[in-house]
Amino acid sequence: MTNPLPESVIEQTYYLNMGPQHPSTHGVLRLFLKLDGEYILEADPVVGYGHRGHEKMAESHFYEQFLPNTSRMDYLSGLLYNHGYVAAVEKMAGIGVPLRAEYIRVICAELNRVCSHLLWFGTYLLDLGGITPFLYAFDDREHIMDALDRITGSRLTYNYCRFGGVAKDVDSEFVSAARNFIRRLRRRFDDYHTLVTQNVIFINRTRGVGVINRDAALRFGCTGPVLRAAGVPYDIRRAEPYSVYPQFHFDIPTGTSGDVMDRYTVRLQEMEQSLRIIEQALDGLPEGPFRGRAPHKVRPPKGDFYFAMESARGALGYYIVSDGTSYPYRLKVRVPSFGNLQVLTEALPGTLVADTVAILGSVDIVVPEVDR
Amino acid sequence: MSFENFREELRRQIPELSAVRDLDYAVSGRHLEIQAEHGQVEAIARSARTSGLFLEAITALDFTDGPQVIYFFNSCEAPSRVQVRVQLRPKASLATISTVYDAALWYEREIFDLFGIRFDNHPDLRRLLLPEDADFHPLCKDFGKVHAFRSAKDIYDEPAA
Repeated sequence: MTNPLPESVIEQTYYLNMGPQHPSTHGVLRLFLKLDGEYILEADPVVGYGHRGHEKMAESHFYEQFLPNTSRMDYLSGLLYNHGYVAAVEKMAGIGVPLRAEYIRVICAELNRVCSHLLWFGTYLLDLGGITPFLYAFDDREHIMDALDRITGSRLTYNYCRFGGVAKDVDSEFVSAARNFIRRLRRRFDDYHTLVTQNVIFINRTRGVGVINRDAALRFGCTGPVLRAAGVPYDIRRAEPYSVYPQFHFDIPTGTSGDVMDRYTVRLQEMEQSLRIIEQALDGLPEGPFRGRAPHKVRPPKGDFYFAMESARGALGYYIVSDGTSYPYRLKVRVPSFGNLQVLTEALPGTLVADTVAILGSVDIVVPEVDR
Repeated sequence: MSFENFREELRRQIPELSAVRDLDYAVSGRHLEIQAEHGQVEAIARSARTSGLFLEAITALDFTDGPQVIYFFNSCEAPSRVQVRVQLRPKASLATISTVYDAALWYEREIFDLFGIRFDNHPDLRRLLLPEDADFHPLCKDFGKVHAFRSAKDIYDEPAA
């Protein structure tokens, strides 16, 4: 059958707005796509819908007052952001942290990382059309949230770290809940691999799709699982060790080709490594105070300081400029999703519209973190 | 090691660059600081690229004597955070490094958006976070609630190069 449309119409490219309200964008993100038929010619992510001005807010708040803001940037790994901020200010102001507090921070941070990866796992497979893994992952995630809820008092936007320690000590019930969770999730991984990793539909939708190679990842400043899936074993926990991470044994999983499947496997293996770290930290959890002495109002000395840490999505950086008062002169947060989202301007062109969701989901962006 | 390559590359490409100094990583979180003139930024970025560093972030600071733009480069092989600091006159513009690093495309848009600093030859200098019709640059110290507006000398004891 011949196409009834005139040639000039068929040749035309057109624009498609995906979002800002789209279930797969995880937050408010608009993808402005230029299409030729089913193929993407250009992709322009439009961000800023959730801009709250955290960096401006920091300039008119005490260092302590900014603490709750930190976990609202990346709300899926809030404890990691919380940890990064207090660690940055502590290093700047020379505040010591008891060993027990560092261990508690690492345990909570790694639990939060697993929690974030589990949410990604569930929602990503939901994006690809599988509803069951979502229910499994959220079931697992619930156990972490309950455990963290006990000691932090919140389930999502944590405000648990304090300068010089943490807000509340962990108890034996938390420790046993964490141990039970590790056992449970390890059993669950077998199910996940059988049900998802070896699923032929999943493999066909992810293998060779959305390749972000080493060169592109580095040019766009990608970090975290996106960079590691491209074969670069760059993890801040190993490259610039902070807290008590040097005391733990863990591997840095990497991929080879940097396609969607590699990013998936890297994240799944990272969860297993996080469980290893939590297990070692629980075994070695020292006795002692959970909160050290810190000044009532922190006044870091004049100057600037950069603190890097590994969030669930990649390299997170706090750049703080202090003028010697109790307000930061400038607080810049280097967020990992910024580079990971920008690389889509190169990764999406040439792919099919149907793969957009598969590629967008695989970089695991949290848009409020980009918007800040 | 890419860090040493970078120093050599800098000496070769920009011999007049003198304000390079090592920092104590434990105290500052950085390894190397470079005070650059606004014309030297692109050459520094090129040297960083050829020595295998990646662009970690670009940010800006607003001071009474004009804004500063700050670049962070780092290496994935060995931690080597390089900070490049450029002091600008008020309302001055700066060359883009998006020709060298694609990551700079958005960082420069963000700085233009939040600080109003223009980047020459940037292919697509639109606002990034704020709406297109916004008529302010929120991170400037003359906007909104501000605790202090200082000069660069108040914060850094060393004089700017």
